[in-house]
Amino acid sequence: MDKDINIKLKVWRQRGPKERGHFESYSLKGISQGSSFLEMLDVLNEQLVSEGKEPITFDHDCREGICGMCSLYINGHPHGPDTEITTCQLHMRKFEDGAEITVEPWRSAGFPVIRDLMVDRYAYDKIIQAGGFVSVNTGGVPDANAIPIPKRDAEEAMDAAACIGCGACAAACKNGSAMLFVSAKVSQLSLLPQGKVEAARRAQAMIAKMDELGFGNCTNTRACEAECPKGVSISHIARLNREFIKANLAD
Amino acid sequence: MIDSKVPKGPLSEKWKNYKDHQKLVNPANKRRLDVIVVGTGLAGASAAATLSELGFNVYNFCIQDSPRRAHSIAAQGGINAAKNYQNDGDSVYRLFYDTIKGGDYRAREANVYRLAEVSNAIIDQCVAQGVPFAREYGGLLDNRSFGGAQVSRTFYARGQTGQQLLLGAYSALSRQIGLGKVKIFTRHEMLDVVTIEGRARGIIARNLVTGKLERFSAHAVVIATGGYVNTFFLSTNAMGSNGSAAWQCYKKGALFANPCYVQIHPTCIPVHGEFQSKLTLMSESLRNDGRIWVPKKLEDAKAIRGGRLKPTDIKEEDRDYYLERRYPAFGNLVPRDVASRAAKERCDAGYGVGNTGLAVYLDFAEAINRLGLKVVEARYGNLFQMYEKIVDENPYETPMMIFPALHYSMGGLWVDYELMTSVPGLFAIGEVNFSDHGANRLGASALMQGLADGYFVLPYTIQNYLADQIQVPRFSTDAPEFSEAEARIKERIERLMNINGKRSVDSIHKELGLIMWDQVGMGRTEAGLKSAVEKLKTLKEEFWRNVRIPGGADRLNTELEKALRLADFLEIGELMARDALNRGESCGGHFREEHQTAEGEALRHDGDFSYVSCWRYTGEDKEPEHMREELDYEYIVRQQRNYKN
Repeated sequence: MDKDINIKLKVWRQRGPKERGHFESYSLKGISQGSSFLEMLDVLNEQLVSEGKEPITFDHDCREGICGMCSLYINGHPHGPDTEITTCQLHMRKFEDGAEITVEPWRSAGFPVIRDLMVDRYAYDKIIQAGGFVSVNTGGVPDANAIPIPKRDAEEAMDAAACIGCGACAAACKNGSAMLFVSAKVSQLSLLPQGKVEAARRAQAMIAKMDELGFGNCTNTRACEAECPKGVSISHIARLNREFIKANLAD
Repeated sequence: MIDSKVPKGPLSEKWKNYKDHQKLVNPANKRRLDVIVVGTGLAGASAAATLSELGFNVYNFCIQDSPRRAHSIAAQGGINAAKNYQNDGDSVYRLFYDTIKGGDYRAREANVYRLAEVSNAIIDQCVAQGVPFAREYGGLLDNRSFGGAQVSRTFYARGQTGQQLLLGAYSALSRQIGLGKVKIFTRHEMLDVVTIEGRARGIIARNLVTGKLERFSAHAVVIATGGYVNTFFLSTNAMGSNGSAAWQCYKKGALFANPCYVQIHPTCIPVHGEFQSKLTLMSESLRNDGRIWVPKKLEDAKAIRGGRLKPTDIKEEDRDYYLERRYPAFGNLVPRDVASRAAKERCDAGYGVGNTGLAVYLDFAEAINRLGLKVVEARYGNLFQMYEKIVDENPYETPMMIFPALHYSMGGLWVDYELMTSVPGLFAIGEVNFSDHGANRLGASALMQGLADGYFVLPYTIQNYLADQIQVPRFSTDAPEFSEAEARIKERIERLMNINGKRSVDSIHKELGLIMWDQVGMGRTEAGLKSAVEKLKTLKEEFWRNVRIPGGADRLNTELEKALRLADFLEIGELMARDALNRGESCGGHFREEHQTAEGEALRHDGDFSYVSCWRYTGEDKEPEHMREELDYEYIVRQQRNYKN
C-alpha cells in the first residue's frame, strides 16, 4: 500500500556548460509513494520557487515513457532503481521512508551538461542524420503489401525500433559508447527489405559519425542493455558488427 | 464572408481537379523560396521533409532537444486507412462517412473526403520508410478495429504506432538535415509570427538555452504545433505541449475555429492525488478486447471504494457492462465522446470505483479466457506494463481502472481547403488546425490527418501560394516589422519578470485547470460557462499581478517558458468558454446539458448551428468578433448519430 514518506535529496546543480557544478542537499516531507519521481521534483521546485530560488532544471515532456526526454541518473543508475522504465515512470514507492537519493545528469563525453540535470543529446540526432533512414522521397512508393515481410523479422525490427533515443545506454557505458543506440537503428532497417538496400552504407556512415562525435567503443559489458528503458538487446550490436564487417569487406 | 476555397465538382473529383489545375513552382525557383515550419510532430516533420525533398529551403523549429520527441510520439493505438486489406467492406467513401459521422456532422465534407483519399498513400509511404507495422504470419499487414467503425482499418505497431510513424517522418527529416537542405532549430520556441503587408513573412523565436530572441524570415510560415488541451492543466498531452504559437497567429489576424471542441478520452489512468502532473492515456485499442463495467449495485460500489470488496469479488450478474447495455451495435467500441460521457454518467450516479469513485473498470478476464494470455500479452503487453508501473496493480489479474481525461483539440486555427489560415502565407497543419474532425475525432484519425497534411496535402497546396512569390526576394530580418514584433515580446517578458508576486506558475495553472474541468469540461451549462468567463478574467488579472518567476530572462529559465504559455492558456480558456456559450446545442465533444435527448444523448440543432464557429481577435481584453463558415452538406444527409443498432 502506498504511504507518505520523508526523503533527503542530493541534487547536481550547475549553472551552465562551462561552470563548476556541485551537489546540493534538500529535504522533502510527506511525499506520496503513488506520485512519480518527477512529480516529487515538481514539489521540490514549487518549494524552491516559493522561496524565490531558481528551480532545478531537468528535461521531461511526455511523462509516459515514450518521448525519451527525461534523463536522470538516480542512485548510480540511468532512469533509477527499476527495470525497463524511464525516469518519468519511476514511482516513489521504489523508495523507503528516510531514503537518501542522489540525482545527477547523464555523465558522458557525448552529452555535455547544459544546466543542472539537463544535457545536450544532439549528437544522437547527428548520428541518425548520417544514415539512420531509408533513402525514399515522399510519393511514388509501392503498395504497402507489395513485399511480404516474415512476421518474425517485423517483430524483431520492432524490438529494435522501440529505442527512444534517451541516451541511457551511453550514460551507463564505462566507454561512453553509443553502440546500442546505433545498432538499434541499423538492425531495424537491415531486417526489413526496404532498408536492406543501403544497409552497408548505413552501418559505415553511422559508425563513422559516432566515432567522430567522441563516443567510445563496445566492450560487451552489457551495462547498456541492463539500463535500457525499452529492453533493447545487445544482440543488435552483433548484427551491427556483422553489417559493418560485411560492408568493409565489400569495399 | 469566409471563403473555404473548396473546389467545384463532384466530391470524389475535387482533390484530383485541384491538383490538375493548381499552380506549381519550377525546380529552379523552389531553391529561391524559403519556408518556415514550426513543430516537428507528424505534421511538421513530414511537411518539412517533403518540402525539402521538393527543393524548397526549409527552416524547422521545435521546443524539445530533438525533433524526434514531439508529442505525436506518444500516440499509441494506430492509424486509419481505407486499404480494405481485410475485405470487410471498407472504402474511401466509408472512411470519409465514418469520419464525418464520428465528428457529429460538424466537419467540412471536402476536406474529410480528401483525407480519406490520401490515407492509403500514407501507409505505403511509412512501409517504404521502414516503419515496422504489425504483420500476419503470411507477411502481410495486420489490422485492428477502433471506435466508431465497423471495419478493421487500423494499422498499428504494437501500442507505439505514433512513435513509429514519427520516427519514420523524423528519419526522412534527418536525411534532409544531413543533406543540408533543412536547417533545424531545436530548443527554440516561436513567440510571434511576423507579417509584412498582410502576409506572413517570418517568426520571432526564443532560444530556450540562451534566452535570446532570434528573428527568421521566409516566404511562407507553416504552423504545426499541436493542440491546446493543456489549458486544463491535467491532460494526456506532454508537459510542454502548448497553444501559444496558434494563439500568436490568432492575435495577428488568423481566425480561431471551434475552440470549444476538445476531446475527452475515455481510457486514461485515474488521478492519484494532488501532486498529479499529467494524465496517462491507455490506448483506445484496449477497448477491442477489454470490457468496461461498474457494479450494478450501489452497495457493491461503496464497498469497493471503501476497500472492503475487490472487483474480482463481484459476480458476473452483478456487473453492469453499461456500454454494451446502452449501445448494443457498437458496444465497447462507441466513439470517445460517447464512452466518456457514459463513464461520467455512471460515476455521477454513484457507481464509480477506485478510492475516489472517479473510475470505471476495463476488464480483460474474458479476453484472456477467449484468446489466451499469450495473445493478450502480444497485443497489449507494453500498455499493461505501463499501467502496472504507474498503478502498481497487475491488469492480467485484476481489471484496470480508467477515467476520462482531456486528450485532443479538434478546434484550432481556421484553414481553407489549401490549409492556409486567414492570413495569407500562414498555413496550419495537423492538430493545430480545425479542419477534419468536426466536433469529435475518431480514434486512429489524428495520425492519419497529421501525415496526410504533411506528406500529401500541404506540399501541393503551398505551391499554389508560393507560385506568386517567386519574384519576391528574401526578406531582411532588419525590417521594422521584425523589430516591432521583437520589441513587443521583450516588453511582455520584462513585464512578467518584474511582477515578482507570490504565486508559482503551476499553482495558477492548476487553478485554471479546475475552472475548465468543472465548467468547460464534459458537461457544460449556460450558467457555468458565463461564470467561467468571469472567473477566467479574474484569474488572468491574478496571474499578471501575482506570478513569481525566479532567475533571469537572458538565459535558460523554465519558469519563464511556462509563464509565457500560461499567459496564453488563460486567454484560450476564455475563448473556449465563449465558443461553448455560443453553441447552443450538443455535438461530439461539446455537451451542453440543456440540449440532450430523453436518453441523455447529445442533441444537435442542425438548423441553427451547422457552421464552423470562427473568432477574430479585436484587441487586448476586447470581445472577439464571431463569424461563421456555413457547412453545406452536399453529399451526406445529417442524422442523429446512432451507435445503438
